[in-house]
This record gives sequence, structure tokens and C-alpha cells, in this order.
Amino acid sequence: MKRFAGFFKKELIHIIRDPRTLIILFGMPFVQILLFGYAITNEVKNARIAILDNSKDEVSFKLIDKILSSGYFTMSEYLQTSAEIDHAFKQGEVKLAVVIPERLSEKLKRNELVQIQLISDATDPNTGNTLINYTSAIIRDFEFSRSENLRPVLINPEIKMRYNPGLKSVYLFIPGIISVILMLVSTMMTSISLTREKELGTMEVLLASPMKPAQVIISKVIPYLFLAFGNALLILALGYIVFDVPVKGSLTLLLFESLLFIAVALSLGILISTKTDSQQVALMISLFALMLPTIILSGFIFPVENMPVILQIISNIIPAKWFIVIVKGIMLKGIGIAELWKETLILVGFIFVLIIASVKNYKVRLE
Amino acid sequence: MVIEVENLVKKFGDFTAVDNISFEVKEGEIFGFLGANGAGKTTAIKMLCGLMAPTSGRGVVAGFDIKTQREKVKRRIGYMSQKFSLYDDLSSYENIMFYGGIYGIRRKELKKKAERLIRKLGLESVENKLLKSLPPGWKQKLAFSVALLHEPSVIFLDEPTGGVDPVTRRQFWELIYETAIEGKTIFVTTHYMDEAEYCDRVSIMVNGRIDAMASPAELKQNFEVTSMEDVFLKLARS
Amino acid sequence: MVIRVQEISKHFKTVQALKNISFQVAEGEVFGLIGPDGAGKTTLIRIMATLLKQDAGNITLAGYNNIEDYEQVRNLIGYVPGKFSLYQDLTVEENLNLFATIFGTTLQENYYLIKDIYQMLEPFKKRRAGNLSGGMKQKLALSCALIHKPKILLLDEPTTGVDPVSRKEFWEMLGRLKNEGITILVTTPYMDEAAKCDRVGLIQTGNILSIDTPQNIITGFPLKIYSVRSLKRVELLHHLRDMPNAHSANLFGDSIHYIQKMPEPDELTLEAALKQAGYLDAKVERIQPVIEDCFIELMKSQIAA
Repeated sequence: MKRFAGFFKKELIHIIRDPRTLIILFGMPFVQILLFGYAITNEVKNARIAILDNSKDEVSFKLIDKILSSGYFTMSEYLQTSAEIDHAFKQGEVKLAVVIPERLSEKLKRNELVQIQLISDATDPNTGNTLINYTSAIIRDFEFSRSENLRPVLINPEIKMRYNPGLKSVYLFIPGIISVILMLVSTMMTSISLTREKELGTMEVLLASPMKPAQVIISKVIPYLFLAFGNALLILALGYIVFDVPVKGSLTLLLFESLLFIAVALSLGILISTKTDSQQVALMISLFALMLPTIILSGFIFPVENMPVILQIISNIIPAKWFIVIVKGIMLKGIGIAELWKETLILVGFIFVLIIASVKNYKVRLE
Repeated sequence: MVIEVENLVKKFGDFTAVDNISFEVKEGEIFGFLGANGAGKTTAIKMLCGLMAPTSGRGVVAGFDIKTQREKVKRRIGYMSQKFSLYDDLSSYENIMFYGGIYGIRRKELKKKAERLIRKLGLESVENKLLKSLPPGWKQKLAFSVALLHEPSVIFLDEPTGGVDPVTRRQFWELIYETAIEGKTIFVTTHYMDEAEYCDRVSIMVNGRIDAMASPAELKQNFEVTSMEDVFLKLARS
Repeated sequence: MVIRVQEISKHFKTVQALKNISFQVAEGEVFGLIGPDGAGKTTLIRIMATLLKQDAGNITLAGYNNIEDYEQVRNLIGYVPGKFSLYQDLTVEENLNLFATIFGTTLQENYYLIKDIYQMLEPFKKRRAGNLSGGMKQKLALSCALIHKPKILLLDEPTTGVDPVSRKEFWEMLGRLKNEGITILVTTPYMDEAAKCDRVGLIQTGNILSIDTPQNIITGFPLKIYSVRSLKRVELLHHLRDMPNAHSANLFGDSIHYIQKMPEPDELTLEAALKQAGYLDAKVERIQPVIEDCFIELMKSQIAA
């Protein structure tokens, strides 16, 4: 017992005297709890909505007005034809489309049953469902407040869940998992690569040689590119075979984008390894500092649109966020480079920035 | 006899690291255990310290069997090496208290011993400073003394003076002499050939076997040379 | 002068590792930097290898400045750090080829330089570096440093922790390299290796105690040294220290090196006095100091200062 106490005391002293361990022990959970607390909102706010008003009469305007002033939605666009509905969803911004049939006022006066179509993007089943519920409630309320006497609800929302008619949450998760795993594994691998050399001492001989920083860095990223790519293939295969997650779009494009994303993660790992001399610290930064923000802020589980604005802004610098958009787009919506060029370019930009930062941060001496 | 070793063997798969060694060390003796790197010295010492079980053969250290009573062996011996040493981010005082605690010395008694030790080594002015701020020589002397806190009957020193300045080296050996006079047995390995001369007897391991064992004077006579270094060279060349 | 070190100082947080160090090394010389751990040897050699920057002072290697021209310096030095720093999971062959490639050469091109060493390594060429014995690792590290025929070889404690036989072999290898015109700077804690260098610098706690040829350092020693032997070694040691006018008595292998302040005694008188004191087998002999004697004296004066 005495032995244990002595050892325990010694370990405490070690910890207290090592500032790095303290930061990791106390700082990180603190930050994570904050993030977690703010980011989880199942409430839906400011979902982008597209409206196709085939009536364009007084009642339809009032209905639309009520929907838009609920606070849940922001208007994305007024559609003119039903052909535009598809396009609006594919662009990625619209989460709900409301289709109002012709001659709404007239039909209501004649007590005819009116079908209002509510089409929601169910790639995130939670949001899809919630939006439908909100809108249905608004419509029922509208109808209730309009009628002079208690009449049966004449407006029947026809609900259609796009892209995920079965509301399979696995569809939501697989793209997210691909991103998170690729990110974590790739970053971890390269983050310990340089630091291992520093710890083993081989860095010393490397530095005293004519090897240039860019040469060292790039020659460390490329081999892992192949490894991580294999990883990506594996996960995609698993998603398809085990969960029936489809790849509606081009597989080649998906693989290409995966390669880009892997390169981003690898470069990030290298950047981490230029900044620390210890494998442990490098690993911890990769795991903890990256893992939770990536999981929370990338849109993996919690839709980014539901988060406070400040977190939405931060989520833009999380590479996984852009990659998830790409993967969901290709796998579930079947869209191609025409719609995804912006996200692709962002990934490429990330690679450049990170590699350049790594080269700049690479210490050419031991100090 | 404080150490008795008979036909000790250690094999790692096909490779025989220690090949049938036998010797005895008596109380108060300073025994030098020499040999090239890879000759099997470290393996032999690990067995004697109860850190590794022999493949075959017999060994008794401080009255306990090195195969069946390893925990008891560990408690009765002291150990100090260049690699394993004290904690740099603890102070001298804290190191003493920690290691003393490990060996089960009661707190009150330990405090007294700590104070005595610090005074003896002249560390009063720096007793609360972290070890890493002390000049290297002091760490050696402190480490040796800490290894003696629980009053072991035999103490194993593995290259204890590597890289230490010549003055401290000699002070260290004077400490060893004092300890031997008090009746403790010292089992030491070293690459400094002049330190081999300080030993009562020396054994030289080559490829897992003990090729020579006698007092330095006898060895020099047998090999017809004037220094331990030449004894070593002659043995290695043969 | 291929290496010029001028007034180099370096500190780490609170420790002053090097204090105003200056010396020069001529082409083809074997220069030994001799001192214990903590003396600053590794710091100095790292600064020379462009891995650290000095706080003050100037270093040029083959005319290139160690800070501004670090890229050129890295092309012409071969550096072997104190800790084994080759890739443990690569084989002997793979390590050699890697370093050849890094320096833009091939194993064949400069094979003649490492031929002697490589012949000892060859039986193990497919073995992983991590599984080599200490002596073999050292030889491999040296080969990798030589593979590009460097102008200057910087070796940090290449013989530390190695047995006397391997140490001797190593110095024989260095001797052969010297004939190729390579300038060699070696650090070591072993005082006896000073004799194998053309010139040595004795260094302790960041200060240079002396720089000269080993022979000059020895002849420059101002005091007379006696070697005193007796079987009752430890008692004799204390007895000598208690003698009037004793300057120092130090264990030196099987004898004691004794120095007395003025008036200096002569052997016979001293021997007689010791026999009278009970050391019947005492033998006293006037000897030439060895480098270690000089180092101890210089250390003491430095501490006193």
C-alpha cells in the first residue's frame, strides 16, 4: 500500500511538472464539453426552403407568408415549374420544397380536398422528418385559423422523402464514417511519422544531410496516400456490401475525391508532426483535438445548419465537412463535378495550404 | 558466499547468450564482471538480479534462488546502472523518499536516512533542486547511495561511471571501497580498464562463456602483460 | 585551416553549455575533443554540424559559415551522432543505399573508402540495423557517414560504452581514413584516447582547459608525479593524502598517482618513509603524467578559479 502511495505521488508530481500533459488533461475536455453543449441542437432553424406556387392567389400567398414567418425557414427560391424541384435539391441548399396545387382558394371554398406536397431532403433523416412535421403543423394551424367553423382539415400534406425514402440512417452515417475514419487514420499516420524520427534520433542524421524539407515532407505523404486509399476502398466496399449504401453517381469521381481528402488529412498530419517532438503528443493532437470537432462540426451526425452561427463558420475550416457534402452528393444524390466543383476546389486548396505550412514549419535545425 | 552460480545457461531460441558459467563471490568482495558488448554480461546480470529466469543451471544470490525466489532476490539486492537511474524531474530528497518507499522503509526512518545521506554527499544546498539541474557527477553518487538505502547485502553496478569526469569517478570508487569495507558485496561491470584493477577479482566473458577469472595481478601474470587492457586484448584476439 | 571555431558560446535555458570556445583544425588532422558528460562536447559538435545555432561566435567549415551556409556544409560533412541514429528497421544494405542516395552518390562510387569496414559488415548485410551488435552498429554508422566522401568527419562519442578491443579497432580505422585526407573531429570521454589524436582539446563544463598535441600537454605538466604501489591500496591512499605537503593522491589502476607540493620529494626518501609507516611492499617511481593526470589538475584549477 505504501508502495502504491509512493508511486501515485510520484506520478502526480510528473504530471504537474509537465505543462503539456496538463493542457491535454484539462484543456481539451473543457473545450470539447463546450463544443458538445452548443452544437447539439435537434431543433431546426433557418432551413432553406423552395416553394412552387401553382395557385398564386390570396390564400396561397397567406399560406406561404405564414410558413416563412415561422422562423424555421429561409426562402431559397420561388420555383416556376416542377422540373426545377430536382435541380434545387441537387444544388444542395434546399432542404424542403412545398408544392401548392392550382386554384387553392377556389378548391378550399368548394370544400375540396387539397393536396399540398411537402418534399424534404432526407439524407439526414432527422432533419427531413422534423421539417415535415413543422410544415405540417404550420399548414394545419393555418387551416384551423382560417375556417369559420370546425371543418375537417382539407389540406393534406403529401410527404415525400427524397434521396432516402426508407429514412435509413445508415445512409447518413456511411459518408460521415468514411470521412471521419479517413481523416483520423491518415492524420495519425503522418503525424507520428516525423515525430518518430525525432524521437528515435534518425532526424538528427537526416538534418545534417542535404535533404530538403519539401523532399522529406512529400516523400512521407505519398506512401501513406496509397495506404489510406486502400482504407477508403475498404470502407466503401463495406458500405455497399453490408449496408446496401448505393453509389448513385460516378464511382471514379468518388475515388478521386477520396484521394484528395486523404491528401488533405495526410498533410494535416505532417503539419502536426512539424510542430511537436513527441509521438505521444502528436497522436493525442490527432485523436483528440481533431476527432471530436470533426465528428461534431463536420455534419457527420449533427447538421451544420442547426448550429449557432459561430460554429457554422468554424465548420468551414473542417475539411471533413466539405468531403461529407461531396460523398453524400455522389453516393446518395448522384451529382457530379458540375455541382461539386466548389467543394473539390476547396479540398485542393486545403492541400496546398497545409503542405506549404508544413514546409515553412519544418525545423531545419534541432532547436 | 553471497553469490553462487553453477552451470548457468540462458538461451533465446537457437541463440545461447550465456553458455554455462560458474563462479562464486564472497562477502565484502569487489567483483568485476567484464566482457565485450554482446558477450552475455547483461543477460547474466539480469538473471542474477531476478529479472530473467535462467534456461538451466543454478544460482543463489543473497541466500535466495534466482529461479524460484526471484522476488526475494530483488528485495535483498541493490541495483544501479547508467541507463536506469533516478528521476530527473524530482529533487534529490524526493528521489530518496520515493525509492526508500518502494523498498518498504518506514517513513520516519526514511526521513532520517535521507537527511544523513544528503549531508554525507554534501547535497544540502541543492537537496530540493530538481535532479536535472545537478552536474552529472552528483547524480552518480546519489544513485549509488539510494541503491544502498535498504541495506542490501550485494549491490549490482552496471557501468556506473560511464562518461563521468575523472575526479567524480574516483570519488565514486572510494565510495565503493567504503561500502565493501562495511561488508557489502559489489558486483560491477565497466569498460574502464583501470577500474578493473580496483576489483578484488575479475571475470571476463567472451561469447557467453567465462574465459578468465582471477585477481587482476594473477591475470596479468598469466597473460604476461602489464595492464588489464592488454589482458583483455589478448583474450579477445585468441 | 579546415575548421575554425571562434569564441563560441551557447546556453540552454539556465545552463551555459559552452563558454567562449576557440580552436582550429588543419586539413587531414585527427582532432580529439576530450571531456566527461556535460562538458559540452555534443553541443559543440552539433553546432558544427549545423544542427544548432551558437549564441555568439563564428564557425567555418571548409570556408563555409555554419549558420548562413548551412546547406553547403551539410553537403561536405559526415556526421555520426552519439546515439545510434540509423534506421533500425532497414537492413545494413538498405541503410547504406539510402544514405548514398541522399548524398547523390552510389555505394560503388566511394566503396574504396569504406572497404575495410564494409568487409566486416558484409556477412550481415541483410540483417536489420536494429539487430546488430553495438560494435557493428558503430561500423555501419561510420560507413553511412563516409559513403559520400565527406571533407570533414564529425564523430560524437563513437567509442562510448564499447569494449577496449572494439575501441582499438575503431581508432585503427580512423587512422586509415586520415590517409585519405579527411579531416576528423572526434569527441570522447576516454582520456587514454587522447594519445591517438594529432591534437586534443580538453573540455570541462563548457570551458576549454587546454588545446595542444597530447605530447605537449604532458610535457607542459608543471608538477612531478609519482606512482606509488602497495597491496594495501585504499589505506595507502588515505595515508598519502594525510601527508604533510600532499597535493593530491589519486587511484590510477593498480597504482596511486601522488603529487606533493614543494619541496618535491625524491623516490627513495618517499619509499623509505612509507615502509616505515608500515607499507612494507611500497614501491615509488617517478613517472610521466598521462592525459588524465593533466585533466584532473586542470579541472581542479578551474573549480578553484
